[in-house]
This record gives sequence, structure tokens and C-alpha cells, in this order.
Amino acid sequence: MGNENKLSKNFEIEGRDFSKAGTASTKIKEILKEIGIDSSVVRRAAIAAYEAEMNVVMYANKGKLTLIITPEQIHLKLEDKGQGIKDIKLAMQEGFSTATDEMREMGFGAGMGLPNIKRNSDKFEISSTPGQGTSLNIIFYLNHKGKK
Amino acid sequence: MNQYFHSIRINTEKCDGRLKCMRVCPTQAIRIRNGKAMMIEEKCIDCGECITVCPNGAIIPLTDPFGELTKFRHTVAIPSPALYAQFGREILPDKILTGLKKLGFDDAFDLAFTCGEVSFAIQEYLSKYKGPKPLISNACPTVVRLIQVKYPDLIDHIITIDTPREIAAREIKKKKSKQFGLKEKEIGTFYLTPCPVKMISIKQPAEKGKSHLDGAISISDIYGPLLSAMEGVEKGSYRKSLENICILGIGWAMVGGICRTLRLKNSLAVSGLTEILKVFDDIERGKLRNIDFIEAYSCPQGCVGGSLTVENLYISYNKILKLLETLEYKKIKACRDKREVSKLYEKKYFSLKGKLEPRPLKPLAEDLGKAIKKIKEKEDIYETLPKIDCGACGSPTCLTFAEDVVRGEAELTDCIFNLPQRIKELSPELSELLNKSVSPKLNNSGIKKEKKKG
Repeated sequence: MGNENKLSKNFEIEGRDFSKAGTASTKIKEILKEIGIDSSVVRRAAIAAYEAEMNVVMYANKGKLTLIITPEQIHLKLEDKGQGIKDIKLAMQEGFSTATDEMREMGFGAGMGLPNIKRNSDKFEISSTPGQGTSLNIIFYLNHKGKK
Repeated sequence: MNQYFHSIRINTEKCDGRLKCMRVCPTQAIRIRNGKAMMIEEKCIDCGECITVCPNGAIIPLTDPFGELTKFRHTVAIPSPALYAQFGREILPDKILTGLKKLGFDDAFDLAFTCGEVSFAIQEYLSKYKGPKPLISNACPTVVRLIQVKYPDLIDHIITIDTPREIAAREIKKKKSKQFGLKEKEIGTFYLTPCPVKMISIKQPAEKGKSHLDGAISISDIYGPLLSAMEGVEKGSYRKSLENICILGIGWAMVGGICRTLRLKNSLAVSGLTEILKVFDDIERGKLRNIDFIEAYSCPQGCVGGSLTVENLYISYNKILKLLETLEYKKIKACRDKREVSKLYEKKYFSLKGKLEPRPLKPLAEDLGKAIKKIKEKEDIYETLPKIDCGACGSPTCLTFAEDVVRGEAELTDCIFNLPQRIKELSPELSELLNKSVSPKLNNSGIKKEKKKG
């Protein structure tokens, strides 16, 4: 499989920049629609990309979201620099959130983020170094044999 | 093949390619080719923005002429509640309906009454609903088409209650045919429309069913004659006229009217396509899950802002708003009993018959591998473009131009910023050509010069 069937695109995300929050995931969604990905997969990927983006905006200093598409799968790769996650197990629990009251007031951080990404994806990997940052690998399979 | 019927026609004789329509189109459905505007049928959602903005009146809404009435044995006018907002404060619906009858309709039906019933039906629907939220109103056909084309995964969010205009037309046909011993097709039901898109929802319903309406007449066409027809109509008592107004239904003329009169707690009212796009993007991100219902209209301020209305939209919005306040203050309802609506609801009186299907845009290529290759090409092309969205190439933005090139619908050289480069490339050939052909031509046509020289 040559590289010509593979699209790779980077999106830089600034921590605390709420005014631009959501632009990366909107662009990702547009691209997926344009190449004709099934709308239910687009929906799941859009939600996961948005949650991942918002995690950077809310908790990290900055991050890079990379979209890699091949005919077999959509891969969202997120790497951020920031406080990281001390207890991943706890962070993956439904309802767990370290969002501030102000963030919640805005409708963010209902403890949906990470579990929601996992729920919407076919494969989900997370690793984090406290004080340095977090990285996520989120995968959606595109062949009909894929999950969901 | 023309798969979609549209309510908009471009008169190429009047069009002088001024780009305004292309720039305003929310779905990038217009291109300028050979100096004339053209429409990409599958992308058009019939919002009518281009009609309003065209300085030459070259984009024409397709509505029915008055003459259509003679085709039927009995005709009924069904005005959108937005018609009630077109006249001064003192002119209330009953006078307008009388005016319509004087114009030549055999009857005029107060659609606000059916709107009120449908409001209750929506309330019932919301209370029983268990699917994905928020639900989206289907009152505006442009919004429904926008979802079909640009947000196909939100189709399940659209309520499956039929629209008041369709329910009213269906019931009128049933009742009148019995009353006069006529066939249903001999009863002509005409919607008086504030926008062109309702015309298509009649000719080609989004859910692929068949409309009960026989035509749509634009409010702007009927306004003048109606104004004269109302001149002789007795004014009558203001209070009495008020008492005939269904408060739930009159609210349908403006954005927020349904939510306000039903007192829905977790609802949003949005108008204007750019705002709607933002809200729908948020729904796709899963951000508005705790909202129950969204009332969305493509025209600013709702149907009162339709492109086929006459009165300034803020004035007409205000008329409806003040009317609502008056009715609320005087505790006038004049709507159908809620329990009766419940019974009808159980009998599926309000249910939408057909099924809404998505109408997603053609991907860059059918094969995913090829599509990925094309999107990369598109990105590469985009990087070379000036990104100022001047529109001179005939595409609305540099990004859509890149897409048009990849789809084979435009040439890279259509971009005037590529022209100097292209000329440079061609210049050796050009100078050669100039040397060969230009001088003899000058000799032939420049006789005077020749004489002077000589």
C-alpha cells in the first residue's frame, strides 16, 4: 500500500483558547464527509475528535491532533503538553471529572470526555506522564467487518 | 438528469455575473460560468438567499400565478401566519381572511388554528420521545433540506409530525368534498407562502410523499390586491377579532413562537442559516444533548423574514410579538382543546406519512482510496491559491475552487492569480506568435498610419 492512499493532517490546539475550541474537529468532520465516509462513522469520529480537542483546551497547554486516513481506518492521534493524568483508571470512569465549576457552567466537563471517546471509537489507547502530557490513539475501522 | 425540483430559476438574460448570489449561498451551490450564474442542483437547499441578494432580479422564485384558481371547482386560500404580520396593528386575521375571499377564493382558512393543534401535538411527541436529542422542528423546509444535504446523520432528530399546512390541506379537501359532493381533486388548496421553498415542499416533499396542497402563491404577489380588497371590509370590534386568534398558532410566524407559547423549558430558537450551521455543528459534536427541542428557521426572525414577504421583517416580527403579548395579557387562547388533540394524536392524525431520507453530497470519488488521493490533491492546490476568496474564478471560495478543480469542473488557470505565471510560461510561444502574426495585421488595418509613415 503506497503513501498516496493515505491522508495525514495536523491540527494545532491551544490550551485555554475557548474561542477557537472545536475548529479542528469541525475541519476533521468536513474532510470525512467529503471523502464519503459513512455518516454514522463521521458522527462517532466527530464526537471523539471534539472531546479530544476539548480535553486539550480545558486541561493542557497545547496539543497536536493528527488525522490519518487510509481506506482501512481513521486514526486520530492526539499528543498534548500539560499536566497529564495521574490516575488513568479513575479518569476513564463515567462521570469522573476535574472540570471547574466555570467549565461546567459552559456545558463542558460533565465527565463525559474520555469514556465518551472510548465509547464512540473502535479502538482506544491512552498513555500519560503526569506533569508532561497525555497521548491518545483513537481508531475507527472502515471495512464492513469492523466493530459497531 | 434533473433529480431535484427547485423553486429557483436563473434568468441568464438578466444575469450579468455579479457574484453576489455565489457569495451568499450557504451551501456553495452557485458558480459563475461564462459570466452567468449557474446552480449545482444537488447542493441547493432552496433557501432563497440568492433571490434576495440579486441586484438584477435575475433569480426568480417559482410560485403559482393567480390564474391557477380557475382549474378548480372550489378554491381555498391557506395563508401562512406570516401573512397576518404584513399589515398594520389594527388589521387582524379575520379581516385578512375576509379580504382573501373578496379576492376570489371561495374560502380562506385560518392556518394558525391548525398550527396551534400541531403545537400541542409537538408537546405530546416530546413527552413520549426516547430517541436522540435535541429534536428539530420541521416547520422550515429549508432546514429539513439542509439536514438532508449537509447533516445527514441528524435526520433522526427531525420530528415526524406533519406540517400544519399539509394537515390543514388534507382536512379541508376531505371536508369540502363531502360538503359539496365534489372529488378531492376538484378542491384547490393554495398556500400563501412567505418563501419559495414551500413551493418545492409542495411539488417535491422532502419525505417523498405527495402534498395535499395544489399550489403556492407568494405573499408579495397577493399583497397589493389584498390590500385593496380589504378597503371595504367592515372593521368590527377589535376585541372580538382578538378572541378568534389561536395564540399557539400565531406564534408560528416568528422564530421562538412555538417554544414560547408552549412554554418549553429546554428549547432553543434559532434563525438565519449561518446561526443554524453553528447550532447543528454543536449537535453533531454531541454538545446539545440536554436540549429537548430546537425551533430553526432559515429566514432571519422566522417566516416573517421570508424573501417573498413585503413588510420590513423587524416590523412584522414586532407585530406578532405584540399580538402574543396582548393575547397572553388578556388570557385569550382560542385554540383547540388539548384533550381533543391528544385523541387525534393517538389516531395518528398528525403523523408524517413518508420517510425522510438523507441526500448526502457526492463524495470526491466513489472509491475511498481514490477519494483520499483527491482530497490530498485538493489540499495541495489550495496551498498554491491566494486564499482571498475573490470569486473571480467563478467559485465562491479558494477552497471550493480547489475542490472544483479536483472534480474536473474548473481549470487551474481560471484563477487570475495563476494567470501571470501561465503567461510567463507561454511567453516564448507568445512572442513567437506576435512576431509572426501581429505585424502583417497592423499593416492591413492601419492604413492611415501607413500613409503617415510613408
